[in-house]
Amino acid sequence: MATNASEKARASAGAAAIPNGWPADIKMRASGLDFFYGVRQALYSINLQVPLGRITALIGPSGCGKTTFLRILNRMYETVPHARPKGEVLLDGEDIFSQDVVSLRRRVGMVFQKPNPFPKSIFDNIAYGLRINGMKGNTHDMVEKSLRRAALWDEVKDQLHKSAYALSGGQQQRLCIARALAVEPEVLLLDEPCSALDPIATAKIEELLFNLKDICTMVIVTHNMQQAARAADYTGFFLMGRLIEFNKTAIIFKTPAKKETEDYITGRFG
Amino acid sequence: MTFKSHWRKVVNLVMLGLTGVCALVTVSVLFFILGYLLWYGGKSLSWDFFTKLPVPVGESGGGMANAIVGSGKLLLMASLIGIPIGLLGGVYLAEFGGQTFSFIVRYTTDLLNGVPSIVIGIFAYTIIVIPMKHFSAFAGGLALGVMMIPIAVRTTEESLRAVPNVLREGAFALGTSKWKTVATVVMPAAMRGIVTGVMLTLARVAGETAPLLFTAFGNRFWSSGWNQPIASLPVMIYTYAIAPYEDWHRQAWAAGLVLLALVLLANVAARFVVSRGIALRKA
Repeated sequence: MATNASEKARASAGAAAIPNGWPADIKMRASGLDFFYGVRQALYSINLQVPLGRITALIGPSGCGKTTFLRILNRMYETVPHARPKGEVLLDGEDIFSQDVVSLRRRVGMVFQKPNPFPKSIFDNIAYGLRINGMKGNTHDMVEKSLRRAALWDEVKDQLHKSAYALSGGQQQRLCIARALAVEPEVLLLDEPCSALDPIATAKIEELLFNLKDICTMVIVTHNMQQAARAADYTGFFLMGRLIEFNKTAIIFKTPAKKETEDYITGRFG
Repeated sequence: MTFKSHWRKVVNLVMLGLTGVCALVTVSVLFFILGYLLWYGGKSLSWDFFTKLPVPVGESGGGMANAIVGSGKLLLMASLIGIPIGLLGGVYLAEFGGQTFSFIVRYTTDLLNGVPSIVIGIFAYTIIVIPMKHFSAFAGGLALGVMMIPIAVRTTEESLRAVPNVLREGAFALGTSKWKTVATVVMPAAMRGIVTGVMLTLARVAGETAPLLFTAFGNRFWSSGWNQPIASLPVMIYTYAIAPYEDWHRQAWAAGLVLLALVLLANVAARFVVSRGIALRKA
């Protein structure tokens, strides 16, 4: 079952380009990764493997570097002046820093903390990525497919040409997920996607993430430890720019190896 | 204690009154001008005004058809020069510019905005009229176009900066290049502000007289093409208003009203077109 899911996730990734010796169950790998904002160091020697076709959660107190780490994976940090990584990050065995950034982001999609639909119609929001990437095929079918994957189709199918801002916050966030899915990314990065949503909308998004494991690998940053425990297969705990512990979610939450992890998840600080 | 609270109330009332009076003065000046124009201009306005050429002194009737078309042509030429440069310059400052060069551009733009319009007229006179040895619509359009650039640049820049960064990042995350992001997400989101700025600057140059006096000069007849002196409403108003003929004064009032109406009409039309798109939600 487990290998089956990773095979499916890999199948959409164009497996031919993967070099020999790259582990079959790993999608991305950071090794010895430091990160600097100007002279201030934000990450210290991070080593982390993102498992293929799984949900990996990154937890930790505010300012611990988990979002910074996430934004390295699709090089979104480049929008910040003087931001600079040092070390290695591989995607299917290939260095992400030497790739063309536009094609990297096409493969590694992102959903943001606050819903950020474009000021366009619901349909055009999804179709945008298809058009930008010059995708062939029936746009309407692709839009429907993406909206179904994001569990939003039934709610919006009769109002596709209305403004995306007419939707509720939870619907907007699912629209943003659908928009990211439309270009069929291999990895989906989610930066606290539920922090602006109520518990019901949050539950819907967690459920849809679970159903997306077949088609992509996900990395989710969250402040909500219950969310990590519920949704993620693997969990990494960050503290002050260091990755303290990374393991299967059940192990992190039941029998953490490090004292800092235990203190954090039991709420003794943070 | 009671004296203090009493005093506070008095100060409060006085300040409220002062701001109210100033607000009233602002609107009443505008309505005074509008009313005056409507009253005197409306009385002198006739169908002939829009269809006929000016007549020699002493004859009654006639119109300013050539000046209405002339103003339109001058503004078209000005827009063709001022809007692309202003728009793309603003995009550069907001989206692509670095530190030093952007500072210089921004500073120069503000200086250009402060240059008196007659000096801009002299500039166009020097680089177009003198070498060509005659006045032309092109020279007038250039003078007005140069005047449009600073406001177009700065309002475009401000409007683009007001677009939240999360929209840019949303587009980047889909594998959109910087230029495409600006063209397909940021510019449409900022379109209302940009159009408002462009209309503002168009309205401003539509009423400019000084830079046209020795560039477009004026013409009592139809002017064809871009290479001849051309009539315009502001210059006509100037000429007619200082002439000693009662009939000409009436024509000047009518011209003022028509100029104002045309600018308002262009403004409303532009806003209507833009308002059909989806507005950026204020966060």
